[in-house]
Amino acid sequence: MIFLKLILTNLRRHRIRSLISIAGIAFSVAAMLTVVTILQGAIGMFSGILSSDSEIIVFERNVSDLFFSNVPAAAVEQISSWPMVLHADPVLFGIVSSADHPIITCFGVTAADARIRKATWVEGDRRTFAQHTDDVVLGERAAEYLAAALGSHVQIGHATLHVVGILKTANGFEDGGVFMPLNSAQSFFHKEGSSSVVTIKLRNKDDAPGFKQMVHAKFPNLIGLEDAEFNRSYSQFKILKATAWAVGGCGLLLGGLGVANTMIMSVFTRIREIAILRVNGFSNLQIATMIFGESAVVSVFGALVGLAIGTCFLFMLKEVPALHGYIDVTIQPLVLLIVVVLALLTGIAGALYPAVYAMRIRAVEALRFE
Amino acid sequence: MNTTAQSSVRGRVVLRAENVWKSYDEGAIAVLKGIDFEAVEGQAVALCGPSGCGKSTLLHLFGGLDLPDRGQVSVNEIEINRQRNLLRLLRHEVGFVFQLHNLIPDLTLEENCLIPTVAAGIDHRTAQARLGQLAERTGLSHRLGHRIQKLSGGERQRTALCRALMNRPKILLADEPTGSLDESASAVVFDLLLDIVATEGVTLVMATHDRGLAARCDRLLEMHDGRIREPEI
Repeated sequence: MIFLKLILTNLRRHRIRSLISIAGIAFSVAAMLTVVTILQGAIGMFSGILSSDSEIIVFERNVSDLFFSNVPAAAVEQISSWPMVLHADPVLFGIVSSADHPIITCFGVTAADARIRKATWVEGDRRTFAQHTDDVVLGERAAEYLAAALGSHVQIGHATLHVVGILKTANGFEDGGVFMPLNSAQSFFHKEGSSSVVTIKLRNKDDAPGFKQMVHAKFPNLIGLEDAEFNRSYSQFKILKATAWAVGGCGLLLGGLGVANTMIMSVFTRIREIAILRVNGFSNLQIATMIFGESAVVSVFGALVGLAIGTCFLFMLKEVPALHGYIDVTIQPLVLLIVVVLALLTGIAGALYPAVYAMRIRAVEALRFE
Repeated sequence: MNTTAQSSVRGRVVLRAENVWKSYDEGAIAVLKGIDFEAVEGQAVALCGPSGCGKSTLLHLFGGLDLPDRGQVSVNEIEINRQRNLLRLLRHEVGFVFQLHNLIPDLTLEENCLIPTVAAGIDHRTAQARLGQLAERTGLSHRLGHRIQKLSGGERQRTALCRALMNRPKILLADEPTGSLDESASAVVFDLLLDIVATEGVTLVMATHDRGLAARCDRLLEMHDGRIREPEI
């Protein structure tokens, strides 16, 4: 109890300094949580699109981004005919824009696609999809921010399209996106006769290795990956994840420097007090524990405040119209744990030099200072 | 000049210095020049002398806070050196009282006194019992929960005395313990010091300028220019 009080005493003594350090860690944690959660959410949603009612995704080998992938219609046709395949759905991805919304994800799909079949049609009838080349179906959020209703016309890119349905899906990207018939999308994006990916549903999941081998044998420039395999290996996901953690890490590093500064000041201003503790039998370990304890308190408080700020910030971002459909405020427990542990480690690292300095204080020298 | 200060009282020697030399600034400032000293169990020894004559340095060597350049200091017949467990010495064998009370201002009297027991890992109940005993003897029982800022100078110094005695050390090293107190507070603290030393069998080595107080100790030693001598009475 007294040991704990010794730890807290100095924080109470310099309240403003302690609060600034806590704020430093808090904003770093909030930044890390926000960036990582947004990107993880985006990745999760994107991979959710790809794995919708399918186990395998086929796309062009060695492309850096699926938007640049081209799978020929002939390949789709041939793959669909393989006995192990229950259905193969070609999807063409594109980015379109409207007056106030520079980025809208567009999905070129067939009427048989699970995204159309399994979605909840809020307005319209799925049987009307793909009957005309200028038809478009909007995700619920997209309809909201485009202020479009069933039967209205919306300007998307260079085309004016007729809204034949509004659907609701669990996926934020899809909910904020627009669905065009595959042929229309191919024409819109000048990619006639090709799709970005083909999502494959197998009759038997155990056939997955055989299917991938067949893709490799028949179409050497295509690759088939199981969903989990794709999520692990897709370079864009890897880059996004690394960027998120790097940005968050930089924030935390700055917070750590704040803690280090506080702890150095903390040790320098009580050299005599530490000397007295030494005279009373405190060991190096006990002195170090006191210093690390102080920084741990700052880090833990900072992390808690940061988590609260980050969560509030994410909810606020979710409500920004331009970001509709792109932010999933589901904070993964693992991310939470990593952020808190990193904050704690940052605090400990920040206290390393001050602790070593405190351990080296010689009572006999410190007591000479009056 | 007599440079030795051997105890004339019979008893077990608990503190001994043999030909101790100490200097600072790589030998430029010689503070102690061949000190020989002995104190027996339960003895009160006063070290008198002008400022800078080496009294505090000698007390620091006795408590293991510093090591001599030459010669040796022994506590309970065990030499103080780098190989010795200095933590054990500070936790269980010696207690320090300084001119400035050196208490932690944000803690209460009770918490300040318990610091040595926390360092030594003494269980809370035993520590509380010992504190109760010492607080009663020093007249601080009613002030245990008070913060240091609320205490008078005399009370602070009595608190420092309690803290020094918490782990029942055999040697109490007091560096000008009444130096910052007025006459009446000084008398109270010094009376307490002698009383506790007598009843607990503690050996007291006290540096002081106050010859009146020093005269009440069992022995009075003069220090001058890094040397020690027992004055003719």
